[in-house]
Amino acid sequence: MRTLSYVEAIRAALAQAMRADPRVIVLGEDVAEGGPYLATEGLAQEFGRERVRNTPISESAVCGVAVGAAQAGLRPVVEIMFIDFITLALDQLVNQAAKAHFMSGGQLSAPLVLRTQGGTGGRAAAQHSQSLEAWLTHVPGLKVAMPSCATDAAGLLLSAIADPGPVVVVENKALYYRREQVPNALEPIPLGVARRLREGRDVTIVATSRLVDGALEAAEQLAAEGVEAEVLDPRTLQPLDLEPLAQSVKRTGRAVVAHEAVRIGGFGAELAAQLQAAAFDYLEAPIHRVGAPFTPVPASAGLEDAYRPGANEIVRAARSALQWEGCEELGAVAAAGGGGW
Amino acid sequence: MTGAGSAAVRRARAGKPRPPAIPPDTAVALLRTIWRIRCFEERIAQLHKSLQIQGLVHLSIGGEGVAATVCGQLRDDDAVYSGHRAHGHALAKGAPMAQTLAELMGRSGGLCRGLGGSMHLVDATRGLMGATGVVGGNLPLAAGDALAKRLAGSDAVTVVFFGDGAVQAGHFHETVNLAALWELPLIFVCENNGMAEFTSRAEHTTVASVADVVSPYGFARATVDGSDVAAVHDKFAAYLEQARMGEGPFLLECLTHRRRGHYEGDQQQYRDEQAEAQWSAKDPLARWQERGRAEGWLSAAQAQQLERDATAEVEQALAYARQSPPPTAAQAAALVYAAAPDGAPPR
Repeated sequence: MRTLSYVEAIRAALAQAMRADPRVIVLGEDVAEGGPYLATEGLAQEFGRERVRNTPISESAVCGVAVGAAQAGLRPVVEIMFIDFITLALDQLVNQAAKAHFMSGGQLSAPLVLRTQGGTGGRAAAQHSQSLEAWLTHVPGLKVAMPSCATDAAGLLLSAIADPGPVVVVENKALYYRREQVPNALEPIPLGVARRLREGRDVTIVATSRLVDGALEAAEQLAAEGVEAEVLDPRTLQPLDLEPLAQSVKRTGRAVVAHEAVRIGGFGAELAAQLQAAAFDYLEAPIHRVGAPFTPVPASAGLEDAYRPGANEIVRAARSALQWEGCEELGAVAAAGGGGW
Repeated sequence: MTGAGSAAVRRARAGKPRPPAIPPDTAVALLRTIWRIRCFEERIAQLHKSLQIQGLVHLSIGGEGVAATVCGQLRDDDAVYSGHRAHGHALAKGAPMAQTLAELMGRSGGLCRGLGGSMHLVDATRGLMGATGVVGGNLPLAAGDALAKRLAGSDAVTVVFFGDGAVQAGHFHETVNLAALWELPLIFVCENNGMAEFTSRAEHTTVASVADVVSPYGFARATVDGSDVAAVHDKFAAYLEQARMGEGPFLLECLTHRRRGHYEGDQQQYRDEQAEAQWSAKDPLARWQERGRAEGWLSAAQAQQLERDATAEVEQALAYARQSPPPTAAQAAALVYAAAPDGAPPR
């Protein structure tokens, strides 16, 4: 094992993939300079500026170039600096990349990776802090990974680069510089395989990205109250490894799903729907959802902190699920899972 | 192929009768392609009216000369990206007519197994790398294709077709900038029919010509009469030769005429009667045949035979398409995600 930060693990995985396969190229704004978070630092020095290509601030064209290059045989890894800017690239991602294989009757494929990052905590306000992954999971043909730790960030990225179709890897800016133990040899982690981080028999917490840490912290707090929480991270949202999540819910009878995105229309809604269908007869309480309030991300520091869902919201939702005695109060489930607002 | 030198010669001879710049065999081959597209699309209009072809269908009647002339000079390893009005580009690039028609009819024997339809024709083995229904959405894809060709050190080139309506979209400008910045072997071919869907160009922009739009980037560009097959041929040939040598990008604006509505079923209340009256002067087929007779490379009997051959090919294609079953839900579901190269389904 060695100590790496999340962003260093991403950089190491990119370099490893570029060494192994000359078809892998990296393109995006400022990537040859390392980018604002230094995810691509040093790659241009090792692989040259033809393979590590700076681009203009043209998200649509850059994403489209990646699609066309992928269809022509390259393995582009395109960086969209903030997931907020993916709005500008969605035509190319949704209408072109996601549908190329299907619409061509299997003749074309677009094996590209779109790396981007989301999340709050950077005091970066409403256009640089969003969690928009649910949009992408709604598009047949796209795969979506959301690593919650350095090892997964590297391993999922390696699998994404090797995948025959388009994969979006949504990183989290708040995790970038946390130092973690990572295996000496980075290995691909298959897309569509969930991970159980903590065992417990009383309540299942399914969390993504930064909220996985929140779930583990919540499980510690709940343990002090004598509650054993099980924590699972799906790691990829599309394809979703439902089986281990459903099995856990069948054992515990209670579930909390937690993410950083606004709760309404978030991926937690899909998780809750799939889990209730798979484990309906075992549920002792409604599935509780934890997410951010339904407002844009505020700039003011104290307000952003209050806005961000985390361990406290998960604990509150878990307690509500554990103490559930029937749906007497309309909105009780929603209130239990809301943010600090 | 005609280089810049012969263009200068032609200019010097302006005003005098000039010898055919295109070898007779090539001239006839271009006419054959134009006839194939014309007969194919006229039949499509009938099939659409009788609901044997359904959905959004955009015909290129009146603009076939550009498709025939540009694609006729390309190799299979040269890529073509097209837009929603793609039938002519597909046929001219070598897509078999039977599979193309079957695709329009939503049959499993179609180019794309009936899953793509009229606006999404692909024949990867012939370098037809995709048409798109999002106006101008194909432009950055073509730039990516050209980038891959350049990084591979190939002399293959990429051609992207688009209409003048795409020029007002942001991705056009983003792509032009990137292509110029990276000096990509990409030839932009604008089929400027003066109409963006139902509205004339004058209502969409104050810039008169598409070639003018890209002038600040400094790459070679030209505007030609798109119904003059020889004019399109010669200018495109010059650009193609330079692109093969690693130069680029280029923009060729072809002024064409859209004989039909934006789509089949369009009521065309905007249609200009005066422009309609000038149709014979704008018809690339009539003009090229006339020229063939004047220059002696086409007899009346040959012209009739080309039309008969094209008509027969369309009917054979229709027979093929009619016997092809529609795709099944299982076939469709299996193509949402590409399989890993070893055949194992990707997780």
